[in-house]
Amino acid sequence: MKKSHEQTSLLDPSILNAAIRESVRKLSPALMVRNPVMFIVEVGCVLTTALFVRDLLGASPAGAPPLWFTGWITVWLWFTVMFANFAEAMAEGRGKAQADSLRRMRHEITARRVSGDAPTSGGEERVPASALRKGDLVVCEAGDFIPGDGDVIEGIAFVDESAITGESAPVIRESGGDRSAVTGGTRVLSDRVVVRISVDPGCSFLDRMIGLVEGSSRQKTPNELALHILLVGLTFVFLVVCVTLVPMAAYAGVALSPTILVALLVCLIPTTIGGLLSAIGIAGMDRLLRKNVLAMSGRAVEAAGDVDTLMLDKTGTITLGNRVAVAIFPVRGVLTGELAEASQLASLADETPEGRSIVVFLKETYALRAREIGELEATFVPFTAQTRMSGCDLPGRQLRKGAVEAVMEHVRRLGGEVPPEAGEIAGRIADEGGTPLAVADGARLLGIIHLKDMVKDGIRERFERFRMMGIKTVMITGDNPRTAAAVGREAGVDDVLAEATPETKVGFIRAEQARGKLVAMTGDGTNDAPALAQADVGVAMNTGTQAAKEAGNMIDLDSNPTKLLEVVEIGKQLLMTRGALTTFSIANDLAKYFAILPAMFGRAYPEILPLNVMRLASPESAILSAVIFNALIIMALIPLALRGVEYRPLSAERLLPRLMGIYGLGGVIAPFLGIKGIDLVLVAVGLA
Amino acid sequence: MEILAVIKLTLFCIILLLLVRPVGGYLYRVFESRERPLLAVFGPLERASEFLCGVEFSKEQSWSEYAGSLLAFSACSLLVTYLILRCQQWLPLNDGHLPGLSPALAFNTAVSFATNTNWQAYTGETTMSLFSQTVGLAWHNFLSAAVGFCAFLGFARGLLRAYPAGQKRTMGNFWADLTRGLLYVFIPFCLILSLLYVAVGVPQTFVSSLPIRTLEGKTVALPLGPVASQEAIKILGVNGGGFFNANSAHPFENPTPVSNLLTMWAILLIPAGSTYLFGLMAGNTRQGWGLLAAMLLIFLTGALVCMNAEGKAPPWCGELKVDGAAGNLEGKEVRFGAFDSALFAVVTTGASCGAVNSMHDSFSPLGGLVPLLMMQLGEIVFGGVGSGIYGMIVFALLSVFVAGLMVGRTPEYLAKKIDVREMKIVMIYLLIFPTLVLALSGWSAVAPYALSALANKGPHGFSEILYAYSSAVGNNGSAFAGLDADTSWFNGTLGFAMLAGRFWMMIPILALGGSFALKRTVPVGPGTFPTDGLLFVLLLVSIILIFGALTFFPPLMLGPVLEQFLAAAGRGF
Repeated sequence: MKKSHEQTSLLDPSILNAAIRESVRKLSPALMVRNPVMFIVEVGCVLTTALFVRDLLGASPAGAPPLWFTGWITVWLWFTVMFANFAEAMAEGRGKAQADSLRRMRHEITARRVSGDAPTSGGEERVPASALRKGDLVVCEAGDFIPGDGDVIEGIAFVDESAITGESAPVIRESGGDRSAVTGGTRVLSDRVVVRISVDPGCSFLDRMIGLVEGSSRQKTPNELALHILLVGLTFVFLVVCVTLVPMAAYAGVALSPTILVALLVCLIPTTIGGLLSAIGIAGMDRLLRKNVLAMSGRAVEAAGDVDTLMLDKTGTITLGNRVAVAIFPVRGVLTGELAEASQLASLADETPEGRSIVVFLKETYALRAREIGELEATFVPFTAQTRMSGCDLPGRQLRKGAVEAVMEHVRRLGGEVPPEAGEIAGRIADEGGTPLAVADGARLLGIIHLKDMVKDGIRERFERFRMMGIKTVMITGDNPRTAAAVGREAGVDDVLAEATPETKVGFIRAEQARGKLVAMTGDGTNDAPALAQADVGVAMNTGTQAAKEAGNMIDLDSNPTKLLEVVEIGKQLLMTRGALTTFSIANDLAKYFAILPAMFGRAYPEILPLNVMRLASPESAILSAVIFNALIIMALIPLALRGVEYRPLSAERLLPRLMGIYGLGGVIAPFLGIKGIDLVLVAVGLA
Repeated sequence: MEILAVIKLTLFCIILLLLVRPVGGYLYRVFESRERPLLAVFGPLERASEFLCGVEFSKEQSWSEYAGSLLAFSACSLLVTYLILRCQQWLPLNDGHLPGLSPALAFNTAVSFATNTNWQAYTGETTMSLFSQTVGLAWHNFLSAAVGFCAFLGFARGLLRAYPAGQKRTMGNFWADLTRGLLYVFIPFCLILSLLYVAVGVPQTFVSSLPIRTLEGKTVALPLGPVASQEAIKILGVNGGGFFNANSAHPFENPTPVSNLLTMWAILLIPAGSTYLFGLMAGNTRQGWGLLAAMLLIFLTGALVCMNAEGKAPPWCGELKVDGAAGNLEGKEVRFGAFDSALFAVVTTGASCGAVNSMHDSFSPLGGLVPLLMMQLGEIVFGGVGSGIYGMIVFALLSVFVAGLMVGRTPEYLAKKIDVREMKIVMIYLLIFPTLVLALSGWSAVAPYALSALANKGPHGFSEILYAYSSAVGNNGSAFAGLDADTSWFNGTLGFAMLAGRFWMMIPILALGGSFALKRTVPVGPGTFPTDGLLFVLLLVSIILIFGALTFFPPLMLGPVLEQFLAAAGRGF
């Protein structure tokens, strides 16, 4: 069961308190300067605070706005900055909590290092884990913590990886093959393994993971940077607008107070998206992590949103991976009931998934009850690689089932005839992507059992969703093209890469990329590593080999290949959230102009007061309402920024009008209502 | 508003739309196909200029080479004109023994013509010799327009071409584009338009003045000249510098409502046709129609507001016992009337032309706000030759970036992704215009040496300043009048504004084309943000309006909007 990466509530008090403390610490100009939009707001805060202090000391010049007004504007401007900081701190807070629990695992482990080269030869010495270097060999026995990342080179063991994956069921790690990688900090539960350490201290998986979840190694992603430039540009142009307004107003005989100018500037620059931008990015990584996917860079998450082609392994991803019986075909002259009975008897003692599925199928379809093998006085004949058959011997009967050729050979050896249609049936089944098994009773070949690798429930619908999003799915399989095509049709994939080898996989990815497509793939084996490295988004399974994990740019801790689908959705959600909030933020400006400009010039030119379309009570309350709205909207949108805009698999043409309506039109209308509402409250409490 | 005016506007637009396809198709054949039209006529001329220039036209240039050629060419032509204007007194064809221009005025005028602005701080008849007019200025009408078109061609090629791996990322040859623009487009188009002008009564003669006896029995010299041909390129190249100071209000430049209509179509001909050319270059003409639809939507809104405002009787009619039934006729030619003058104002300001057939200064405040806003949107509502469409495409890029994120993909336009570098250039391009206009207007609003040149005080005076700088940076060239622009402050700053508004925007545009040229093309699929539908058109229009409105809302409020409210309350300026 999951224990660590559970969804943390937005209102977790410990995170909340830490975030409030963090948002004060983040006021430091050295940190603020990284976000020019909010830095401008902070500079404005300092300016109005100074004006407030000046007015408080009674040194205000004639025509300065009232003291209470400057005071409240200052307070709400500080809130604006704090709210933006709070959003970022909240996003980081959830990652930090997780990093702390990971860090606790990093306590000093004593490693049993093998002296000498060969694992068997030398003795052992006890050294601290931090002294281990790449290439060292260590021994781990039941109860030991694995001191560092590496590959098992000898032995097999159950390992508890719950600390990293949150999955409490232990996993098997063994030398050779695709399950050899072990992670430092996990615990060996049984047996003994020898591990070759593959990283130097400080660059282990755990270290990287802590860095990633904490956001300390976070760099701005390309799209985030581009948006950042847009926001800085807008901020610059509004700065010019506000600064040049001073001489223009002077021409019209209006002396603008700096407080009001700062208020206008802060309302116009895109503080909503500027304040929430980094929170959106951090929250996206965090969402991915809560799905138990570790992205090595934000860039990869963003690329996932752009993916055009998904490459998925057939076995285990698209199909369940174990074959089940779906039909039986008797040869001419044999009754179906006879074949069913023989098939059941031949499979009763067969404990493999295929064998059981035959018994279950026959029970469900032909109401043949399972019988105890002991009652029948049967002797079980197990499957061997030489005979490629299994079955049982009853008194007077020899029941066998197995690979079609092997059973035919068996029948001929016993002097029986092989009916010609048996080969035809078997061929047809193979063409449909299934596996044929022949059943024989003594020298009679009775018929064929159709075993099929079942396509997972719901996978077709998932592919359908991807097609709607414009993403092509490709199934990779080692099967021959005909079988592959049959399975592909059933699963609803767009394309099939049959008889795949590492070279053909890489070649296929390159060909797609040459046409400008972005390719994502999942893999676990060492032979997937080149393709994972070539793909734009490579998701390696945590159970996979070290080579695969290093080649990919994401690691799925659950080792569930369909996770790719969720990765893509999160990548898209990340961009959508940014787009939605940017649109909203810019659309907001219209209402703020209508609130602030009449307030600025209404005293000198009462003729323009019809522009005060919201009928705000007074110039002071109008400006204050706009500033308060601007601050509160950041707070109100924090949950959206952290959660992300709801994702629906629709084509761009259908998605866009929806979102434009909500965030574009909504962004124009909401502030008119909000500012008017705040103005009414201000009047009610007697502030204006 | 009169129903007749609406019908006229509708007909005007329909005929304009009918012209888009043939013109765009012709431009495409000239610049993008091997089978250029009328090769038998122009081919030899083209090869001759290729030989004379010493440039191989088939040798393509990278964006920096292209921009370098463009800048070098413009700089040389600017310098030559500056020297001609300064040394006017020693040069031939100076019958009136006119002196050389002051350095500030010569700079301002040379820049003005080299940047396709044609802002005229002088009175042509009394300042310029015939040599200066023809050798110094007239050829700029052709060249500056062609240069603008070259910038668009280079940019569009970089944006739209799919470069196979390993191929040099080139975007055409500036000298070839310039020569072909002149030979195949501007010269023949002007020839046809000149003949049409002559047909409707515009004089075309080498007699420079005609002595006539007036009704009072005095003899006066009536200035004449090759007006029709001058007029043709002034309009087609959206230059706007008139033969006479009264520009298109002068009866010899624009004698009848028919010539007026002809002029308006001719102004919009190439800018509107360029959208179809762009669609053809993109391999999807809907892309071009989309941009055209956005332009048309803004244009129609502006035209309706302006025509409606000018069609109303001005508030002072009752007081002065004037019949206001024909609308606000102050500063307008009676032969055009309020509606045609208002429509002309919207056409000329939206298209960066600057020819005027009425005094925009005398428009009602709201009516004057429309031409002002048309320029402040960035001269993209059809816009200048080349510059209108590339400005529009920059807004399309901005729209795609803002809203394109919402479909969950890295924003892309016409199969090229918009990344950090492109966004940087887009922002630079978009920031230059408002920054220059606002900073220079703000400065002038309080500087005594600037204020002394104002004819009007109050919000109207501020509108005059704002109009002058918007016109200069937008390379429009029309004036709100009322401003004595021939002072060293205005000559200098407006000259700088015109230069910056032209080349500080053209270089980023070419760099943007160069940047897109480096990108690989992305296949278009159902997840792609569609940029040829109604939704995109509406989005584009909102982004343009929001960007224009948000940056110019405060100054517009202190100018025309305030004036409108004051006028409504009975306070005029």
